[in-house]
Amino acid sequence: MSIKTVREALNDGMREEMRRDPTVILMGCDVAVRGNPFGVTKGLLQEFGPKRVIDTPISEPGFTGAGVGAAATGLRPIVEILYSDWITLAMDQIVNMAAKMRYMFGGKVNVPLVVRAPFGSGGGNAAQHSQSFENWFNHVPGLKVVAPISPYDCKGMLLTAIRDDNPVIFFEHKRAYQIKGEVPDEEYTVPFGKAAIRKEGSDVTIVSYSMMSIKALQAAEELEKEQGIKCEVIDLRSLLPLDYETVMGSLAKTNRIVVCQEANLRGGMAADIVAEIIDRGFDLLDAPPVRVAALNVPMPYNMALENEVIPSVQKIKAAVLKALGDR
Amino acid sequence: MTKVLPREDDGDGKCFEDLEIPPDLDLGRQKDMYLKMCLIREFDTKVKELWLDNKIYGLAHSYVGAEAIAVGACAALHPDDYITSTHRGHGHTIAKGADINKMMAELFGKYEGYNRGKGGSMHIADVEHGMLGATGIVGSGMPIALGSALSANVLGNGKITICFHGDGGTNQGVWHETINMAAAWNLPVVFVIENNQMAIGTELSCVSKETDLFRRALGYGIPGVLVDGFNVFEVYLAVKEAVERARAGQGPTLIEARFLRLLGHFVADDQWYRDLTKVEPYWDYDPVKRMREYFILNKLLKEKEIVEIEAKAKASVERSVVYASTECSEPGIDTLYEDIYAHGEVIV
Repeated sequence: MSIKTVREALNDGMREEMRRDPTVILMGCDVAVRGNPFGVTKGLLQEFGPKRVIDTPISEPGFTGAGVGAAATGLRPIVEILYSDWITLAMDQIVNMAAKMRYMFGGKVNVPLVVRAPFGSGGGNAAQHSQSFENWFNHVPGLKVVAPISPYDCKGMLLTAIRDDNPVIFFEHKRAYQIKGEVPDEEYTVPFGKAAIRKEGSDVTIVSYSMMSIKALQAAEELEKEQGIKCEVIDLRSLLPLDYETVMGSLAKTNRIVVCQEANLRGGMAADIVAEIIDRGFDLLDAPPVRVAALNVPMPYNMALENEVIPSVQKIKAAVLKALGDR
Repeated sequence: MTKVLPREDDGDGKCFEDLEIPPDLDLGRQKDMYLKMCLIREFDTKVKELWLDNKIYGLAHSYVGAEAIAVGACAALHPDDYITSTHRGHGHTIAKGADINKMMAELFGKYEGYNRGKGGSMHIADVEHGMLGATGIVGSGMPIALGSALSANVLGNGKITICFHGDGGTNQGVWHETINMAAAWNLPVVFVIENNQMAIGTELSCVSKETDLFRRALGYGIPGVLVDGFNVFEVYLAVKEAVERARAGQGPTLIEARFLRLLGHFVADDQWYRDLTKVEPYWDYDPVKRMREYFILNKLLKEKEIVEIEAKAKASVERSVVYASTECSEPGIDTLYEDIYAHGEVIV
């Protein structure tokens, strides 16, 4: 085991896969010479050369589509969208091509594409550099969507994503690159569709992913210390597929549930998860499920306003108390 | 090669020339090309008939009138090279060597079709023969071609990609992005604009000031070539030269194959929005008719031999209809979740 940051874990993951498999390439804005704005891809150009580590022009639809075409013809491209907000530009290629090629071509083609997209809010980046769009991709059959947060999961799931023969949207939280954690020195992978229980508890289940799982854990620890409330914190890690077995298993124990997302509330992952929970186990619920999410506003620049919008530890704690309301 | 062809409003079309004997195609290959052109003509003529007869459904776009482009271009490729297509993909698929039985089965929505009945006309794909799929979104095949060219470059397998697209596609943002990147990285791809001068119901001249699309190549630092899109040999020679450049690592070429859409946007389009008297004269340049006349004029084939080729094409298409309508099966409901994900994985 070594202690690594998320940044190092992702870099190691790409490096090791590129060493192992000559068909893995990396492309995106500033990924080669500059090593990406967050330093995640540093050194890869030097090791693998400009044929496999490609600085693209600022042409998201074009280079994402090139990733789709390359994936369909024998490569395993990692395409990086510098800020996930701009994945909007590449939507046609992701939604209408990558996700559907196999199905509409009768299974004749694999699209082993990874789209890495730094997402999430904070830091005063305002409305076009702070968004979380994972719910849009959750809506599209043919895609897989993951959002790991620990260095261990980031590396292990990146390897799984690269080796997967389906297009994977890989959301990295851009304020998580400095997070440190233990990462095995030997090769390992983390499967999709398996949630991690970050803290066991019997009173309320908190479903979360990415940065919200860190906030959820903090909220759970504070609630336990302050009020003796025992929350079970689930980090989904993978959104499509989503590990409902673990979610429902936890709910069967706690009978109360809070679902967190960093994106704004309306039409989000949390709404979909709550609907699925109701379909699968309405009778398990002792109280209405509670959603925690950002407000339905574009992200404002002003820090005080921004803090108001982003879901906080405090809001998760309040949601847990609400879920416990009638106890 | 770069003579200016008449546009719709130029009237008489006198700039078109007779087909000349190509220097490097023996008669056997010429006959092959003629057979493919006839197959496309027969296939898409039959498709219209079947559509109007409610035997097939959805949207189907006819390649009739454009046969010279797909056949001329694909004749310059090796069997394992790639092509990307448009929503008007039957011609590309046949020209690349597809089995028309599987094509017709697909249009009938059958499980034996190329796409297991899940794609239909607009997504017809024959990946085994390097045909990377028709696409229903204009211009969206552009970056796919960039990707296959990129993979050829990384894998060093020497494969070339021809990226077919229409004049409509040239006004998508990805058109610029794709050609810019392919040029910047010297990728082995040939861009063939099928300039039929109509984007659904809108004339190119209404939406683009510069209608000499090949001139756009200047902006990307690559060669731009204009050819007569009704002339199979002219298309062939231009694409061959571009393919040779690409194989030699000299990067992409932009070829504008200019012609005129002779029929409607899709098979049942009555074209009320268009002055068809201006289209009528262009039927004189019908590429199939022109190639036929070429064989006779140059005494290369006798009428009987030509009729034999045409009859063969007709019989193949008739056979494909029998195959699709009587020898194939409907995809079962149990196939609905098949092939959404690889290796049989199902995520409900």
